[in-house]
Amino acid sequence: MIYRESGDYSTTYAQDSQTFPIRFDRYRFYAVVFVAYCIIPFIINDYWASAIFVPFLIYAIAAIGLNILTGFCGQVSLGTGGFMAVGGYSVYKLMTSFPDVNIAIHVLLAGLITAGVGILFGLPSLRIKGFYLAVATLAAQFFLVWLFNRVPWFYNYSASGMINSPERTIFGYIVTGPSTEAWAKYLICLVFLTLCAVLARNMTRGTLGRKWMAIRDMDIAAEIIGVDPLKAKLSAFAISSFFIGIAGALFFAVYLGAAEAGDSFGITKSFLVLFMIIIGGLGSIFGSFAGAAFMVLMPVLLKNVLVGQLGWATDLAAHLEFVIVGALIIIFLIMEPHGLAQLWRLAKEKLRLWPFPH
Amino acid sequence: MPDQFLFAIEVMINGLMAGVLYALVALGFVLIFKSSGIFNYAQGVFALFAALTLVGLQEGQIPFSHLINAIFGTHIHHFGWHIHSVIAIAMTVAVMVLLAILVERYILRHLVNQPDIILFMATIGLAYFMEGFGDLMWGSEIKTLDIGLPQGGSFWIEENTAWLGGENFYGFFIDRLDIVAAIVAAILVLALTLFSQYTKQGRALRAVADDHQAALSVGISLRYIWVLVWAIAGIVALVAGIMWGSKSGVQFSLSLIALKALPVLMLGGFTSIPGAIVGGLIIGVGEKLFEFTIGAPFLGGATENWFAYVLALLFLVFRPQGLFGDKIIERV
Repeated sequence: MIYRESGDYSTTYAQDSQTFPIRFDRYRFYAVVFVAYCIIPFIINDYWASAIFVPFLIYAIAAIGLNILTGFCGQVSLGTGGFMAVGGYSVYKLMTSFPDVNIAIHVLLAGLITAGVGILFGLPSLRIKGFYLAVATLAAQFFLVWLFNRVPWFYNYSASGMINSPERTIFGYIVTGPSTEAWAKYLICLVFLTLCAVLARNMTRGTLGRKWMAIRDMDIAAEIIGVDPLKAKLSAFAISSFFIGIAGALFFAVYLGAAEAGDSFGITKSFLVLFMIIIGGLGSIFGSFAGAAFMVLMPVLLKNVLVGQLGWATDLAAHLEFVIVGALIIIFLIMEPHGLAQLWRLAKEKLRLWPFPH
Repeated sequence: MPDQFLFAIEVMINGLMAGVLYALVALGFVLIFKSSGIFNYAQGVFALFAALTLVGLQEGQIPFSHLINAIFGTHIHHFGWHIHSVIAIAMTVAVMVLLAILVERYILRHLVNQPDIILFMATIGLAYFMEGFGDLMWGSEIKTLDIGLPQGGSFWIEENTAWLGGENFYGFFIDRLDIVAAIVAAILVLALTLFSQYTKQGRALRAVADDHQAALSVGISLRYIWVLVWAIAGIVALVAGIMWGSKSGVQFSLSLIALKALPVLMLGGFTSIPGAIVGGLIIGVGEKLFEFTIGAPFLGGATENWFAYVLALLFLVFRPQGLFGDKIIERV
């Protein structure tokens, strides 16, 4: 009744090829953007920002990045944590070396540096595939974390080996450092997420995205029809790492404020982001959002129920969380290998016919 | 002979011993990969779970006691008996077989014909599940595993190598547990080889590894073979868990040895049992020697964390199927 295509006429090519061709989808999207930009910043408080919104926004960026590489281009990567570390440490070096430059530029530069590192570790993907590649990306994970732990230049020779984000401003408002307001943290992450999502969505709809998908579905066949695997794979690595680098930079500078490579960007981060895109849906931008929301919300919810309501010990709740996450992943893979995004698509199909399905 | 040189040899021998332990974990991966094409990420967690179960049974811990205490407000923890280690091992083997049956029944059966990567991710999910489950069942504190294996340096070797240093006394320090591990690994590989060459089940196993469809058509039950292979991998995990657990205590980090076994696999090839052994030895010796000659003096140490991966990565660029792996043939 509410979700209909009929009566929705496109009269120009621009209308025909827009991101949300169905009017209801479009208005819903505008509504979400309106709420995200104009309502939440005014009502957000510290708990909501640090427990839910900021991690969700940052992980969504990382999930979009990994989804480009794994979901669209079919190259499984277990090195996400390492690439996030590159983003975090490069933004730290940039912030401390060039304090006068705007932080937003630093975050973008950190993304570019990560893209370079991503290309470097993407090179083996031209020779090796599948599991071998997945394991090879672990080399990136462990090597990068070791590098940031052991080479003092990266953490400016600080005694603790930690990096601390200094205070920086955009338009006179503090966005990094300990005295940042909740809404400022939220807004800067939201702006970056919006940019990344729009960019990713349009890239995956265009030539580049189609090349990636051709490589994913069968690389030899793709090569025969004229897709250059070198360019397609390395561009996927570069763009994916760019997003992951931005996520890492924001994760350190805005969210954590102080970080240590092994703790903040360890192998568990790689798996976390991988789970997000599996549960959300491989090869779907919306899936990245859904997966990130799910994986951020679920531990908070479990903790509230088990520790807050039932009064269990925190370590017990943590173990149960492991069990539940593991079981959910298996259940998802069995029931719906295409993740939450597929459920959403099915719901929309149903909604089109509702309430008269015949 | 100069001390430096002798020390290098000692490092190398210890590397070989560590390599045997890596190979033990890698062996479980290879078995499952060969017969079902599944890359079982949960192998390391199996080792942890097996070791936890063994200790728990030995000490007479009540399973899920923490959970029961939290829900019902009771204070139970032990049954108050100790089980002999041989019986405890037999019981753990039974648990691992049961686990294999459950994995086949509730996971693999539903994921037949899915792409490999989906199966891989399912085993990551399984790894998380087992990790949390093991901790819920037996508690997460560090436990000591003692089933009467010899510990500490071997005096016999130390005395018999003392003359090598000339007038400076020099004896090799080699952990007796490592020697036991090496012997056990050798026996295990021999047994597995004999099993797969000379028994009916072993032959069926090789048939499945060769071609699923053909094996099905001559009447081999895939489900039975999968249960069998996961059970064997569970037992291999138990052996690895016993060795690593006796060495460094049964704790969460035990599951991370799975990650250490991955480069071993890449180097040796995913489908080759000798590859797993040779790869393990190369990685073990390589990382110890690299740390000793270059890592510790020039790079600030702890290079063991990544050396194996980078070595495997460089190696793969030149030989993508590993040392002994089957040649990768692709058809469109």
